[in-house]
Amino acid sequence: MDIKELLEALCNTNSISGDEYRLEEIIMPVFKEFTDDIVVDKLGNIIALKKGYNNKGNIKVMLAAHMDEIGLMVKHIEENGFIRFTSIGGIDPRTILGQEVIVHGKENLFGVIGSKPPHLQEKDEIDRAIKIEDMTIDVGFTKEQLMNLITIGDTISIRRDFKTLQGNRITARALDDKAGVAAMYECIKELSRLQHEPDVYFVSTVQEEVGVRGAFTSAYGINPHIGIAIDVGFGATPELSKTDTLEMGKGPGITIGGNIHPGLRKKLVDVAKDYNIPFQYEIAPGPTGTDGRAIQITREGIPTLCLSIPLRYMHTSVEVVDILDIKNTAKLLAFFITTITNTNLEGLLCY
Amino acid sequence: MLLKKLTEASGVSGNEKEVRNIILDEIQDFVDDIKVDRLGNIIAYKKGKDNPKKLMITAHMDEVGLMITDIDDMGLLKFTTVGGIDKRILVSKPVLIGDNKVLGVIGAKPIHLQKREEWQNALEIEQLYIDIGVNNKTEGEKLVSIGDYVIFNSQYVEFGDKLVKAKALDNRVGCSLLIELIKEIEDIGFYGVFTVMEEVGLVGAGPVAYTVEPDLSIILEGTLCYDIPKLDSHLIPTHLNKGPAISLMDRTTLFDMEFRKRITKIAEENHIPYQYRKSSMGGNDSGKIHTTKEGSVTATISVPCRNIHSPTSVMSKQDYENTYKLLKTILLEYEKGEL
Amino acid sequence: MKFNSQLMEELVTTYGPSGNEDNIRIYIKEQIEGYVDKIEVDSLGNLIARKKGNGKKIMIAAHMDQIGLMITDIDKDGFLRFTNVGGISPYILMSQKVIFENGRVGVVYVEPIEDISKLKLSNMFIDIGVNNKEEAENLVNIGDICIYKPDYSENDNVIHTRYLDDRVGCYVAIEAIKGIKNPKNDLYFVFTVQEEVGLRGAKTSAFKVEPDIGIAIDVTGSGDTPKAKTFAVGLNKGTAIKIKDNSIITHPKLREHMVNIARNNDIPYQMEVLEYGGTDSGAIHLTKEGVPTGAISIPTRYVHSTIETASKKDILDSVKLLIKLLESDIQL
Repeated sequence: MDIKELLEALCNTNSISGDEYRLEEIIMPVFKEFTDDIVVDKLGNIIALKKGYNNKGNIKVMLAAHMDEIGLMVKHIEENGFIRFTSIGGIDPRTILGQEVIVHGKENLFGVIGSKPPHLQEKDEIDRAIKIEDMTIDVGFTKEQLMNLITIGDTISIRRDFKTLQGNRITARALDDKAGVAAMYECIKELSRLQHEPDVYFVSTVQEEVGVRGAFTSAYGINPHIGIAIDVGFGATPELSKTDTLEMGKGPGITIGGNIHPGLRKKLVDVAKDYNIPFQYEIAPGPTGTDGRAIQITREGIPTLCLSIPLRYMHTSVEVVDILDIKNTAKLLAFFITTITNTNLEGLLCY
Repeated sequence: MLLKKLTEASGVSGNEKEVRNIILDEIQDFVDDIKVDRLGNIIAYKKGKDNPKKLMITAHMDEVGLMITDIDDMGLLKFTTVGGIDKRILVSKPVLIGDNKVLGVIGAKPIHLQKREEWQNALEIEQLYIDIGVNNKTEGEKLVSIGDYVIFNSQYVEFGDKLVKAKALDNRVGCSLLIELIKEIEDIGFYGVFTVMEEVGLVGAGPVAYTVEPDLSIILEGTLCYDIPKLDSHLIPTHLNKGPAISLMDRTTLFDMEFRKRITKIAEENHIPYQYRKSSMGGNDSGKIHTTKEGSVTATISVPCRNIHSPTSVMSKQDYENTYKLLKTILLEYEKGEL
Repeated sequence: MKFNSQLMEELVTTYGPSGNEDNIRIYIKEQIEGYVDKIEVDSLGNLIARKKGNGKKIMIAAHMDQIGLMITDIDKDGFLRFTNVGGISPYILMSQKVIFENGRVGVVYVEPIEDISKLKLSNMFIDIGVNNKEEAENLVNIGDICIYKPDYSENDNVIHTRYLDDRVGCYVAIEAIKGIKNPKNDLYFVFTVQEEVGLRGAKTSAFKVEPDIGIAIDVTGSGDTPKAKTFAVGLNKGTAIKIKDNSIITHPKLREHMVNIARNNDIPYQMEVLEYGGTDSGAIHLTKEGVPTGAISIPTRYVHSTIETASKKDILDSVKLLIKLLESDIQL
């Protein structure tokens, strides 16, 4: 499948934390093109295994990209049919005012997040952000009509379609971290043309946005020798400091810091240089805000790497990513995996 | 001198290599088994008489510090903090960068050029930078790199009435105690563990406890001390010169009452001064250790350190010696099966 | 099924703060002894009681520990200073009576402050009615923990008492233990420790038990008091089936199964979306390779206050739901 097609299918399908099962029918068939070994574990993580060649020591590399997205959830239905909602994951309330939504109940219902007319606002109101507690969603039905259509606990997503901007830039909701899932897919595509010793586990994790939960349990189950989290990093825009951001189109960010195994990271950088893959650095002093933080402290400890795809406007419904960055991330991962062997693993991991 | 060597070494969380090598060097002839695990933790084992309870004594190797995030066009270095550092202690300090320990200074705008109101506000990290004395980015990149770790340039000094000033007393003091125990103790079996990355989230401790599976653990620390006059006694977490501080409770552990009471009884019976750590703020490796797998019992014993997490932390040699005495006595009780 | 007032009162009035659960553990053990096949206590103090059966291994967790205050200092006049064990609001604590394990009662007050909004635990103290430090030291030690002094009342509708959190969960679990005669599943009832300080007992006991399914029983808040923040759960609308809180998004198939059990057995229920807080289920579901976990919540007003209030009917409905759930064939 073409990467744009895959991203469109992923980003246009609601997979708010807890509701990731909806992506099974997209993700499983595409990985099935390259391996038969795909399972869904107890929390809903999708795990595709591509076995290595001549893997005498059974070395395992686990890739993790989270398939869940932030969103909203029905918490109460008012007498007049208006819906009160809460957030799942980190949502800036200012980005949802005046948005169109879909309430995923027994049917998908179209709705709007209402706003007070400017004419009725006090002078000082207009400068203050509105809290989620004070917002409502109008789906145009009465409470009685809603009885059989939706219920408390149903998830709600912002209605936004995947679109192409100029050049290789695309915009959609939830590119955090479906760009990472797409990178894993491109990686398994690349690996099918290369020879690699390690068994590679491609894990589309659940519930990263609410506490890297899927990563804990999948890493425990797989118990890999190396774990690599593929997530997104802050794409540079004028108001952000240079030290906090990655440039768009200049390749994935390779994280340096406590969450990252220094020997493995040096090897990753060498591979990028050897194969002329553009990359940047990202500094993270302690546990990163990715599945990598969970993988590193699982069981007896797992040497971890993190790659970040530059992404602008994180956690809005108009995230922007450069497809070339996704492809370069995938290439870097694939070539890196081919350089890990039963003979050099011990040396790479030792301190 | 051991504590001098340890405190002057570089070992910011995530970059403990230099300290790890010093420790391995010190203890390897005194242990029966030693290995470095996948995260860089040292797990050493001393054989001894059989004991129904497996004992682990730990000390974290890492210190708080800084990390270089950018080299700007003027050759000045931007940085971020690693672990909990009060940003206000950074300005006007000398530092050492990277494996080559390049000297730099954290400068600030002269008073003369500041408005009166500016003096009131703490300087933000974004306003600070390290100057290594080069003219531009290219010259800078020859000497340092993005991702380099930075320590305070602070030497070990003995002063006053048996006091010590050094950086990283938290937790080289714990490492020093553990090294000395490993060297001196014979015929008592225990695991001596030196962990990584405690300061950035108790990262090394969980995995190491998963591997060792202790029944009992004693965590050695350098802990907060703030004993200024005029402060209400209940707001003073520990005092200098009142002996090792026994933890009651912190953000990550509610210490097992029975074990804690046993330790204070041992101190009393052997006339070793001790105090309680009165603050419940902060946390340490015990938090992860006691909740790993099926759970275990822990106690944290600390040497009080004034000005913790700064380049000029201060401890008393007397407290150090009393802490060591207490630990030795505890180990003897453990050997008798009386712990 | 009748409401067992004696059991409820004894549960909420037995001393057992986080880290010092011995007394409540002994009490609960006595209550369940004749009704379970095996009882174990693990290294953190969790009480694990098994009712053997075939079918799925289900862990039911209710926490035994209570919030309280730990003494950190005794001043020269015998006044006690403290830190909190679990979530204690200084405004609720102000002018309350507390009690130590040995029965000594104290009262809590504050140093003179001009501005009541500056009230915090570090400017408050406990007066145990002694004349000096030595007298105080004969009665309490640094490290001792006190709890709110028991005060239980009920009428035909509700109970008002401190420590419904989570002794009401223990009540539900104990009644289920007594009410299930021939378990269809392999049931591990775990009365956990140290939930209030970080779900610690649940983490280690779940690792040990390795269940196929987890169910936590705890209190949840309510949105039915004047000007309350929007929350669909209220008293006398049935037992609450948790959809999410800050520590867990309950397994959707398990949740669906619980709703079906409630419907098929005419048990009134409501759905709970909690925007804060966590429960033992949060620790259980992330154990090892993951455990499908859900929670049954008892709607409670004024949680962590000295006047927690719940409906007796809701409590009984929670017992009914738990029993029917544990007796069902759970296929996920």
